[in-house]
Amino acid sequence: MSGPGSGGAYSFSLTTFSPSGKLVQIEHALAAVSGGTTSLGIKATNGIVLATEKKSPSLLIDTSALEKVAPICPNIGFVYSGMGPDFRILVAKARKIAQAYWKVYGEYPPTKVLVQEVAGVMQKATQSGGVRPYGISLLIAGWDSHRGQSLWQIDPSGSYWAWKASAIGKNMVNAKTFLEKRYNDELSLEDAIHTALLTLKEGFEGQMTEQTIEIGVITVPTPEQMVEKSGERLPPTFRKLSENEVRDYLSL
Amino acid sequence: MELNGGSVVAMIGKDCVAIASDLRLGNQAVGVASNFDKVFPVNDKLYYGLPGLATDVYTLKEHLRFRVNMYRMKEEREITPKTFTHLVSSTLYEKRFGPFFIEPVVAGLPTPTDLDPHPKPFISTMDTIGCITTPKDFAVAGTAADKLYGVAEGLWEPDLEPEDLFETVSQTLLNAVDRDALSGWGAVVHIITHDKVITRTLRARMD
Repeated sequence: MSGPGSGGAYSFSLTTFSPSGKLVQIEHALAAVSGGTTSLGIKATNGIVLATEKKSPSLLIDTSALEKVAPICPNIGFVYSGMGPDFRILVAKARKIAQAYWKVYGEYPPTKVLVQEVAGVMQKATQSGGVRPYGISLLIAGWDSHRGQSLWQIDPSGSYWAWKASAIGKNMVNAKTFLEKRYNDELSLEDAIHTALLTLKEGFEGQMTEQTIEIGVITVPTPEQMVEKSGERLPPTFRKLSENEVRDYLSL
Repeated sequence: MELNGGSVVAMIGKDCVAIASDLRLGNQAVGVASNFDKVFPVNDKLYYGLPGLATDVYTLKEHLRFRVNMYRMKEEREITPKTFTHLVSSTLYEKRFGPFFIEPVVAGLPTPTDLDPHPKPFISTMDTIGCITTPKDFAVAGTAADKLYGVAEGLWEPDLEPEDLFETVSQTLLNAVDRDALSGWGAVVHIITHDKVITRTLRARMD
C-alpha cells in the first residue's frame, strides 16, 4: 500500500492531491503513455506531418485493420501514444464534437477550439468519481483559415499546448533531441515527411516498412482551392498517406 | 407575425452593404412606438435585422449577443457573416415545433484574409425556422415584404457606390412601407463600408 516511490497512500485515489501537489494517478497515466509506441508531429511551412510506429506483438496480426492516425473532420487529424482502446473512445468523442460544431456554425471547428474541447473531455476524467484518466497523449494536426496550420499535444491531465515539432511515447526523449537538431522554420512538407521518417527510424525496433508505420499529412490549401464551387464541398486538408505513398517516401 | 408589424431590407453594393428598417411597433392597428429599432450590430462590419413579433426581437437579440460573445472569447476572433448566418439558422431550427416569429436578415462585409483578399459583400435572410437564402442582390422581410420585393426589383442595380446605395435602399424602404399599414412610423438606414458605418434616420411619413 505505501511504498516510497509509488506515491504512497495518495497514489490510489485520483481525486486526492499528494502533499507535493501532484495527482499521482495522472503521473501513472503519463507512464502508460511513455510505454506506448512512439508518435511524432512536425509543422512545416505548407503543412504538417503526423507519423507513428505500428508495432504489433505478433507477425500474425493483420496491421492493415489497425488505425493509429485518425481523421476527425476534413481539416483535423489525430495520432496517439499509449492505450489504443482509450484512443478509439476519444476519436469517437472528438468526431461527435466536430459534427456538433458543424451543425451550429455550418463549418468545421478551428483546430484550437477542437483541442480545447477534447482536452476538456480528458480533464473530466481527472476530476470525477469512479473513472480513471485516459492513458494516452494526443498529437493533433489541423488547419483553419484563421490560424493556418497548427500542431498540438494533449496530455492525460487535459493540459494542451502547441508545438513546432514533437514526439511522444517510448522514444520521445531521443526523438525530441533529434528533432531539435533537425527542425527549422523553413521546412517544407516534403522535408518534414523525410525528417519524420528519419526520426522514427532512429528508435525503430525491427523493420520499418509501409506496413509498420502510419503517416497523416495536413496540406495548406491555395487561395484557388478555397473558392467554393456551388454543389461541391471544399477539399479536405487532412489525409492519411496510402501504403503505396509511404513506400515511395521510404525508398527515397 | 402580424401583431406588431415592421419590415427590414438589405442590399448589396460595390464593396458595401446596406441594411434598413422601419421604426414602428404597434398592437395590430394601434401604433404604440415610433422608436422601435429592429437592426442591431454584431460588430462594426456585421449587422442583422429582426422583423416580426416584438418579444421575440428582444429575446433573439439577447440570445445572439450571448452566443456571439462566447464565440468571440473562445475563438479569439470576430464571427464572419456566413458563420453568423448559420448560427442564427441553427438557433431558429432548435425551436422547430414552437418557433420564434422572426424572419432575420443579415448584412455584413467579411474581413479580407490571405486566402480571400477581396471577399464579396454578404447578405442573407431566412424563414422562421432557419432556412437560409443568400441572394446576390437584396433581401427583404416583414409585413411589407411583398412591397419591398416589388420596389427593390425595380430600383436595384449591381455595383452601387455607398452614396447611391443609400438612396436606393432608402427609396425602396420608404415607398414599400408607405403601402403597408403595419410598417412605417420612421426609418433607419445603415451603410456598411470597409472604413466606417454611416447610420441615418430618414424623414418618413408618420401616418
